[in-house]
Amino acid sequence: MTNLQSDPLHALKAADVETRAGGPDAAVESRLGARKASVRRLLRQRSAVVGLIIIGGLFLVAIFADVIATHPPNLSMIGREEGARPRIPPCIHILGCPADQGQHLLGLDGNARDVFSRVVHGSRVSLVIGFATVSFAIIVGTLIGAVAGFLGNKTDGLLMRGMDVLLAFPALLLALVIVTVLGANLVNAMFAVAIVSIPIYARVTRSSVLSVREQDYVTAARALGDSSWNILRRRVMPNAITPLIVAATLGIGTAVLEVAALSFLSLAAQPPLAEWGTMIGNERNQIFTSPILILAPGVMLTLTVLAFNLLGDGLRDALDPRLSR
Amino acid sequence: MIRFIIRRLLVSIPVLFGVVFIVFILARLVPGDPCVAALGERATPASCAAFNSRFGLDKAVIPGLFRENSALVFRLDQVPATLVDNQFTAYLASLARFDLGDSVSNRKPVTQLLLERLPTTVELTIYALIFAIVVGVSLGVISAYRRNSSADVGTMVFANLGVSIPVFVLGLVMAYVFAVILKGTIFALPPSGRLSPGFRFETIPEAWGVEGVTGPLRSILDFLSNMYTVNGVLTFQFDLLIDAGRHLILPAIALGTIPMAIIARITRSSLLEVLGRDYIRTAQAKGLRPRLVLVRHAMRNAMLPVVTIIGLSVAGLLSGAVLTETIFGLTGIGLTVFESITSRDYIVIQGMALLVGIIYVVVNLIVDISYGYLDPRVRVS
Repeated sequence: MTNLQSDPLHALKAADVETRAGGPDAAVESRLGARKASVRRLLRQRSAVVGLIIIGGLFLVAIFADVIATHPPNLSMIGREEGARPRIPPCIHILGCPADQGQHLLGLDGNARDVFSRVVHGSRVSLVIGFATVSFAIIVGTLIGAVAGFLGNKTDGLLMRGMDVLLAFPALLLALVIVTVLGANLVNAMFAVAIVSIPIYARVTRSSVLSVREQDYVTAARALGDSSWNILRRRVMPNAITPLIVAATLGIGTAVLEVAALSFLSLAAQPPLAEWGTMIGNERNQIFTSPILILAPGVMLTLTVLAFNLLGDGLRDALDPRLSR
Repeated sequence: MIRFIIRRLLVSIPVLFGVVFIVFILARLVPGDPCVAALGERATPASCAAFNSRFGLDKAVIPGLFRENSALVFRLDQVPATLVDNQFTAYLASLARFDLGDSVSNRKPVTQLLLERLPTTVELTIYALIFAIVVGVSLGVISAYRRNSSADVGTMVFANLGVSIPVFVLGLVMAYVFAVILKGTIFALPPSGRLSPGFRFETIPEAWGVEGVTGPLRSILDFLSNMYTVNGVLTFQFDLLIDAGRHLILPAIALGTIPMAIIARITRSSLLEVLGRDYIRTAQAKGLRPRLVLVRHAMRNAMLPVVTIIGLSVAGLLSGAVLTETIFGLTGIGLTVFESITSRDYIVIQGMALLVGIIYVVVNLIVDISYGYLDPRVRVS
């Protein structure tokens, strides 16, 4: 396996997962028992549990955003509330804020919208971004990797060289150029980030396929007259699932981070959508006067990425019994 | 070793070609008529025909592929006729002359723009990398050596945070802390720009009294002059060194934090693995001092993967430079890319993307070769 031409983080993740892909020894344990054991191992990882808790919390916030948010996320308070003006600091009544002033837990932003409500609604946007982007990348990447590994020879060489070229650009920069070509909006940015991460999944799948292609049970299935598609689906892919899950979990964090970076440069989510990167980008000149406008979405963004990274690391250690010491 | 290097060189040729091709195609896929973009209101059918033939835009994009009314059409019968004479071969020919076209918004050749702005990015990248290596390796070693101690846990929490915090959040928060909260203390640092406003300094040719020099040597001197800290050292302008250095601290830390965290994690896991080997136990059993075992026996073997990651980080820093330079107002390659995207200056984007892609491939090549040099097993496989 060569690591020539790759983005460090991406290469790290791809290589890390790749070397641990496949292997027939998981079949020894019964499937249910293995799954239970994996869950138990996962719950023993302190960092993974922390990650799971944060992700669970994020999902709750996203699902109940309408209940948690105190105001509609895109509603300007000007003219609706006494004394509302852009960028007033937080006002919390039980902490001594005068009762005649409207209560805003994190203050108002440059358009006099409630920052707390926007941050809450932002969790929806970011989770959708993370899952949608990675799902697309996994489907395409898995197909490419499976075809390359299964057919081998020239198809393999051609497809994997293509993946090498994609990896030959720094991820964010390539995404930046793709967004420029396609036009700056959220869907295009997600598409660009997905394209950039396809090689990771292609590599993971390909190495799993290669590791089981010549196993006896695959040969047996072939001798029994199973179609290539069935062999791929029933015999080969189950071996690739574990490393793919790990790569995907880490990938969600990366996707959220990269789309937010594009939004920060106003190349992805467009106003008035309550997206954390956009919120930071719009108010970035206010860092010296109203830092909370940057800190609030910034902390949420960091927490989200951190949670998926922690869970991904934990999953990798838990799902791979060979690593446990 | 020579055979290994040659093999690696050969592998990177198709990748490099692919990079050039992708950049070329992406630039051709940009919506909108380049003639209208360049001529604006003066774009009539006649002037556009002249414009297109002058810049070769009426030719096939690649053999058989034509652009007609801003849609791409493929004509199989035209493939042989346009095999040699097309826009891609013309592009390759201009690349061979180091001609990247002219920037519309800056009104100068892209290569000149590159030479002016690259020094800033190179300087920033070097300091970010120094920060990442020094802090990352130290943290990783402490963490591995005191495994499961509170120092280890703390370091790994710090490293996890470091990989997760977006560059733009970290940069803005640091700017706030060092320019607002710590204002007036000795820790205060400037939040933007490369030098304090109104700061005057001499370029290297001026300071050395060699202003008559021209040609490539002059380009090199100008390049070095533009790296202000290097200039400060070479011309003994220590006030320049200090002022430029103070402006670089925050951007370098913001940019270097992600690689720092990655290096810390890799150093830790690699060192832990090596520390568990038999020869380490032998060395300890011989009664060698622990420090000696760590430095002379363990570190040497544990550093191999770290070297790879350091190399790969160099290229990754170029991505981060777009965000870092935008936040801290440094006129380097990153800010240029961002400005060109906002002003739709496609020629510049194309040139910068190509430059970064090539740097990326070359750096990875060097990493691979140095890895083969450090670890003989890699050469054989």
